[in-house]
Amino acid sequence: MELFDEFPSMGRTGLRDLKKGIDFAFRDFSRENGEAIENFFDPLMHFMVWFEKLLLATPWPIMILVFAALAWLGARSIWVVVGTVASFLTIGWFGMWEDTMATVAIISVATALCIGLGIPLGILMSRSNRMQAVVTPVLDIMQTIPSFVYLIPVVMLLGIGKVPGLIAVCIYAVPPIVRLTNLGIRLVDKEVLEAAEAFGSSYRQKLFEVQIPLALPNIFAGVNQTIMMALAMVVIASMIGVKGLGVPVLRAVSNQYLALGLMNGLAIVALAVIFDRVSQEYGKRLQKHRQGGHGA
Amino acid sequence: MPDIKVSIKNLYKIFGPKGESMVQKVEDGATKTSLQADHKHVLGLNNVNIDIPARRIQVIMGLSGSGKSTLIRHLNRLIEPTAGQVLVDGEDVLAMSDAELRDFRRNRMSMVFQKFALLPHRTVIDNVSYGLKIKGIDKAEMRERSQKWIDRVGLSGFEENYPAQLSGGMQQRVGLARALATDAEILLMDEAFSALDPLIRKDMQAILLDLQEELHKTIIFITHDLDEALNIGDNIVILRDGAVIQQGSPQEIVLDPADDYVRDFIKDINRARVLDVSSVMEAGSSDSGLSFASDTILENAMPAMSKADVSSANVTRDGEVVGMVTLADMIGGIARPESHEGDQVTYR
Repeated sequence: MELFDEFPSMGRTGLRDLKKGIDFAFRDFSRENGEAIENFFDPLMHFMVWFEKLLLATPWPIMILVFAALAWLGARSIWVVVGTVASFLTIGWFGMWEDTMATVAIISVATALCIGLGIPLGILMSRSNRMQAVVTPVLDIMQTIPSFVYLIPVVMLLGIGKVPGLIAVCIYAVPPIVRLTNLGIRLVDKEVLEAAEAFGSSYRQKLFEVQIPLALPNIFAGVNQTIMMALAMVVIASMIGVKGLGVPVLRAVSNQYLALGLMNGLAIVALAVIFDRVSQEYGKRLQKHRQGGHGA
Repeated sequence: MPDIKVSIKNLYKIFGPKGESMVQKVEDGATKTSLQADHKHVLGLNNVNIDIPARRIQVIMGLSGSGKSTLIRHLNRLIEPTAGQVLVDGEDVLAMSDAELRDFRRNRMSMVFQKFALLPHRTVIDNVSYGLKIKGIDKAEMRERSQKWIDRVGLSGFEENYPAQLSGGMQQRVGLARALATDAEILLMDEAFSALDPLIRKDMQAILLDLQEELHKTIIFITHDLDEALNIGDNIVILRDGAVIQQGSPQEIVLDPADDYVRDFIKDINRARVLDVSSVMEAGSSDSGLSFASDTILENAMPAMSKADVSSANVTRDGEVVGMVTLADMIGGIARPESHEGDQVTYR
């Protein structure tokens, strides 16, 4: 009964050769194409460097004014604005201004990138069931696979730095916006769509006049989720050379600096709360037309 | 004979993966039930032939599942048929390319929906101008034309409201204004008033008839409500299981129902409101001194006779006496026809 005592595996040599084969193949691939891929991402990196410098070079009172204005535009609530200003003042007082700006920079770029890629992908997914069947498991993998696993090939290809960090953040943060765009468009009232059709709407008119506007609350929930997930990746991204609040957290973990870890951790939480409140309030305002005097 | 605006010829719709191959089976006598049981296909429309006259209100009536909503969606091709033709002004809608079809929907046929189907994120005026915007009409003209229709359906002052802020009846007025704003000659109304309260429904019917008086559109109106059909229809088609059972004027249907299904439909209606004196008149003339035009409905004629205290009256057409009616004729006319022995109407 040998079969039941030991799992029939392919054997040590075979396994080693397989792993080696894959590793070498990928190494050769990255040696050959690494430079081309790096060049491809070069404009993105320059933009990120420029954007981070911009945030840091701008005098802090102006930055706080900008944040306050954005919070007001998004949430239209004086309390959200007060909270935002107070949070940033506290962060600055505790000496975390520079790291926070670096984090804000990468989160903004990552969110913009996720929206730019995720919404079109979600729209494509909503058009065809086959596309949905293909994309859904890929998104599942992106969300569940441990981040460290995809950090390996990313770092092998692009080394450490801002761009690989950004890619890692996006792999983790893009699924919700894709999913919710797809869902939002699929949930658009069939009768309204039929009406659009009956009045002779073209494909584009249907998409931009009816489907996207009606899916917007869901799409916006996706944006909110994407921002939150991008923030959750800040610490992991710092392991491959992304500057920001993750770096001191990482240092605190390896040196057991309780206070340092706590302070930077709370700064990440503060950012998360601000982003969340502002984007949620904005999303709610998008739906204002849904409440009416009549409950029809 | 009025000119024919829309002509539906040998139209079949069979839902299922191999619809085309089922047409032959239906022609050979397969019914909705047998097609479902033997081939797992659903018979939507079964050899429908209807000629719809221009500038009239054509009602298509049937219970739910009879295929009436499916039928109306073939006219602007929201649903593709399995076989058959739909001719509008002699042009086959089913042969149109995508671009031609869009053009057709933008300019020649508009639609009102049962559940209003308004854009919830647009104001009333933006909803009304939807069809115009799709057509690419410039902003100033769009607003002006939309405003005209908003005023016409009695929604002035609500231009900047959102649909959710309006009652059902008001929302459907928006739907009606939206459909009218494109100036299409043909108006499809899919159970347009069915979702409204009875009183509001009467109101909307009155608005529609009022508008029709001056617009003379070709209106194709779907309903399951016979009272509504009799009230607004110039012609009525009755559908059952996707097939036309009877077509004719309201009077023809009330006086001569084609089968038990139709008979059952009409049994509870107010016949005095549908039948006119010519339908119950007899030969001869009366010396009572009272006379009615031949299209006077019994509901109006009978009280007039009772008031004049006479039991007979002349019927005139273009001023000439064409016959006479007696009170007895009228009472006979409004009495519900007795059902024959063993008449049992069953529905699934």
